[in-house]
Amino acid sequence: MGIEGVGARVARKEDKRFITGAGRYVDDMVVPGMKHAAFVRSPHAHAQIKNIDVTKAQSMPGVIGVLTGKELKADGIGNLICGWMIHSKDGSPMKMGAWSPLAFDRVRYVGDAVVVVVAETKGQARDAAEAVDISYEELKAVVDAPKALERSAPQIHPEADGNLIFDWELGDSAATNAAIKAAAHITRMKIVNNRLVPNAMEPRAALGHYDKAEDHYTCWTTSQNPHLARLVMSAFYNVAPENKLRVIAPDVGGGFGSKIYIYPEEIICLWASKKTGVPVKWVADRTESFLTDAHGRDHVSTVEMAFDKDNRITGLKVDTIANLGAYMSLFSSCVPTYLYATLLSGQYDIPAIHANVRAVYTNTAPVDAYRGAGRPEATYLLERTMETAARELGVSPAELRRKNFITSFPHQTPVIMNYDAGDYAASLDAAMAAADYAGFAQRKADAANRGKLRGIGMSCYIEACGLAPSAAVGSLGAGVGLWESAEVRVNAAGTIEVLTGSHSHGQGHETTFAQLVNQRFGVPIDSVSIVHGDTDKVQMGMGTYGSRSGAVGMSAVVKALDKVEAKAKKIAAHLLEADEGDIVIENGALKVAGTDKQVPWFQMALAAYTAHNLPGGMEPGLKETSFYDPSNFTFPAGCYVCEVEIDPETGVTEVVQFVAADDFGNIINPMIVEGQVHGGVAQGIGQALLEGTRYDASGQLLTASYMDYTMPRADDLPSFKVSTSNTPCPGNPLGIKGCGEAGAIGSPPAVINAITDAIGITDIAMPASPSTVWAAIRATKH
Amino acid sequence: MYSFNYHRAASVADAAKLLESGDAKLLSGGMTLIPAMKTRLAAPSDLVDLSHIEELKGIEVAGSTITIRAATTHHDVASDEKLKKACPALAHMASRIGDPAVRYKGTIGGSIANNDPAADYPAALLALDATIVTNKREIAADAFFTGLFETALEDGEIVTAVTFTAPAKAAYEKFRNPASRYAIVGVFVANGADGVRVAVTGAGDSGVFRSKEIEAALATNFDAAALNGVKVPANDLMSDIHASADYRANLIVVMAKRAVAAANA
Repeated sequence: MGIEGVGARVARKEDKRFITGAGRYVDDMVVPGMKHAAFVRSPHAHAQIKNIDVTKAQSMPGVIGVLTGKELKADGIGNLICGWMIHSKDGSPMKMGAWSPLAFDRVRYVGDAVVVVVAETKGQARDAAEAVDISYEELKAVVDAPKALERSAPQIHPEADGNLIFDWELGDSAATNAAIKAAAHITRMKIVNNRLVPNAMEPRAALGHYDKAEDHYTCWTTSQNPHLARLVMSAFYNVAPENKLRVIAPDVGGGFGSKIYIYPEEIICLWASKKTGVPVKWVADRTESFLTDAHGRDHVSTVEMAFDKDNRITGLKVDTIANLGAYMSLFSSCVPTYLYATLLSGQYDIPAIHANVRAVYTNTAPVDAYRGAGRPEATYLLERTMETAARELGVSPAELRRKNFITSFPHQTPVIMNYDAGDYAASLDAAMAAADYAGFAQRKADAANRGKLRGIGMSCYIEACGLAPSAAVGSLGAGVGLWESAEVRVNAAGTIEVLTGSHSHGQGHETTFAQLVNQRFGVPIDSVSIVHGDTDKVQMGMGTYGSRSGAVGMSAVVKALDKVEAKAKKIAAHLLEADEGDIVIENGALKVAGTDKQVPWFQMALAAYTAHNLPGGMEPGLKETSFYDPSNFTFPAGCYVCEVEIDPETGVTEVVQFVAADDFGNIINPMIVEGQVHGGVAQGIGQALLEGTRYDASGQLLTASYMDYTMPRADDLPSFKVSTSNTPCPGNPLGIKGCGEAGAIGSPPAVINAITDAIGITDIAMPASPSTVWAAIRATKH
Repeated sequence: MYSFNYHRAASVADAAKLLESGDAKLLSGGMTLIPAMKTRLAAPSDLVDLSHIEELKGIEVAGSTITIRAATTHHDVASDEKLKKACPALAHMASRIGDPAVRYKGTIGGSIANNDPAADYPAALLALDATIVTNKREIAADAFFTGLFETALEDGEIVTAVTFTAPAKAAYEKFRNPASRYAIVGVFVANGADGVRVAVTGAGDSGVFRSKEIEAALATNFDAAALNGVKVPANDLMSDIHASADYRANLIVVMAKRAVAAANA
């Protein structure tokens, strides 16, 4: 490892522009003649639109256009779709209701877009939006998923009878029932996974520009996957053919999944630009973000875990109701199915598993993947149940887990996944040592002397990353392949551009991808530029989510680097009159091994482009492209231990210690990996203690601002103790597993296990806010 | 934000005159009004800015009599050396309002004239038995805070100062809303020449109020232990997504105990 190579703690190249305010986000983009859009959104959770009167708005100062869903439909713009087909257990396809980018007959959640106003200024657009007169006939709304399945619930989409989108199952029901019947002990729980609002620092934004002369569209958008946005807007939404549509996702200030999907607003900005003849920009305000960004989680489950007399798990039965909100967002269907039930084996050798999942419509914001996406829900369910089982069985939670660990690999679970590598005991041991698990009893006694309740909880998580083998996900219903592309351009003077289909919206690709090139060719990272986020520059790509940029995106780069290296060695061998098999690359030069003969990297590159002296038949230039399709998912895993102290007078929970021991496979930049763990754990502690999304019964979002929605802040969190004990992933050339979501996946159950341990109760609702904890303590006294 | 007319008042008299135009509102630090205007929840036709009027600024400590002029910022209250000696509880309370940006802009007059049910100053002034001075009259704190965002101020009336006698002992403890970090419950206890006064903010259905139960328990024994077993009725307390009335009732006693302990420390 050099000082800038793989494994080095290199400071992030991109941070200077971010922390000095020089980043270029969608809202920083200015196009000549650009105007501003404001949306009229439904104030009702469920209502029939009786009439839309735009005449007053049209006459307001500065107004250029006031456009409705009827005009959108007349122009042939398509409905939004979910791109992953799930079949119910009776074989029927999922029941997808129509989602018009602008509602024209019915609105289904508070925030549903109905009318767009384009005006000279943002203020004028808002003034005119307020002047649009829409008469609604209010309908009964339902926000709670189990209630949406009741007979008395309002029907939200005509396509989905009883609001049921699908009733899906995975695993062996008969074998699982038999295991439960024969069990020596069964642990039963109801598990609720609370709904979260993603809250990326940069709100969503879009700038649509239709160029009449070229008959060509450009869309600047806050996207984690601009190529996917182009593909979907072209192939399904009829905005423009791909060759007439350029999508640019410049600097993007956080995504966490919420910027994977194509939303109504970018479609409308492009369409409205052609309609009005001016470039149209829209930037969400924070309330719009709360109301309309795809939310995360929102599962209600029951679980039965069966044990034999030796405390080995013999079966796991899960029944889950997943709230998908008012419309099916782009990948909403795969989150509570193939990203959830496939992980229900956790780190454990469980012979029989059965999961049943019902996805339902409600009058709430659409729900889709949010940091972890299905895997946090699986981990929370499993690790809360393991903790409860250990307490019921009167055994150590650590030893119950250890006894059931999978110890040989590859391991085929009963729920599709084939784990390739791991050492779960190593993570458990590392976490327990770092947490001084053995000293907990003394710390608890000390806390009691101070009037505090101290508790400890652990969580052994596994996730599936590196999404994903294209043929495999295709067979499971995915509408796209999940490979990645890369192009490596060596310039004539030896500097390098890497074009990648991965998209960095905080991950640090400009640094880590350059470290990879430095490792191979010795070129300083300042001489390596990473190009991403523009469909005109990068041919095709699948974007960044599911911790896939390292395992999949960098693997594509490695394949392209292999090709560049092979050609570079041929050129060097020719120049040095040596055999290409004897050429090695060291310290920025191509050398004949064991001699002092060498040609500097830049000279080799120049030779490729002057083409004065190349091997016979070789094409000039040095540029290679590669597509990489993974052969399997990757399986990061780890053990988290949380210790809390609760003030019984106020119910305030202080996280006094948090240990994360992870197995991420090989690591490119440990500092960036630690940053990912810190951020993920902060979000996980946020879910467990702070973040509660609350709709009232009529469907109004009560937590639509930071006055009511609690984001984690520095003073809510301790200094984390993080470490890794890594087993390289055998499935990709770099041995990378991925680290982007682990913190958010592994931490919530550890926190709740610690709180329930401290209070001496079985369960507590997330977020375990002070008032909730205080009420739980009080209930133990009655 | 809707468009509005901005006026910079040169004096209190000037401000009172400007206030007569249209649907005018007074602007001091703007820490409540400006966010409400930005989100289009408030739409005054005119803003009369008080923050450049010198006669509205400053703190005077004369013996045990303290006067704080209305446009004095929270930061200035928190960092005034004379006040920190004469009434450290109030300076400390001001040091924990909002965040630094709020404390540099927000003012005592703005806070009490707005009378947010979760604001800190109303509890302090009520417990300190303060007098609120306006351009027209003097109003006792007991009569000033009349309800949620309601005060005894009449149209055209401008708060110019607050004045009170420093108590022998006082302290303020608040339990913050985890999201907004406003008080879910804030309790200001003051043990002065006329006895113990205890005011509670953040919890009451009708805004800031004095807790009879806690005052009675502390009247003869100003000690945290005197509050053991004391219960505050939950009937007239707020219940919302962050805290039930029962929880608030519990927190009032807990915060009062901690405030008394701090006052005696």
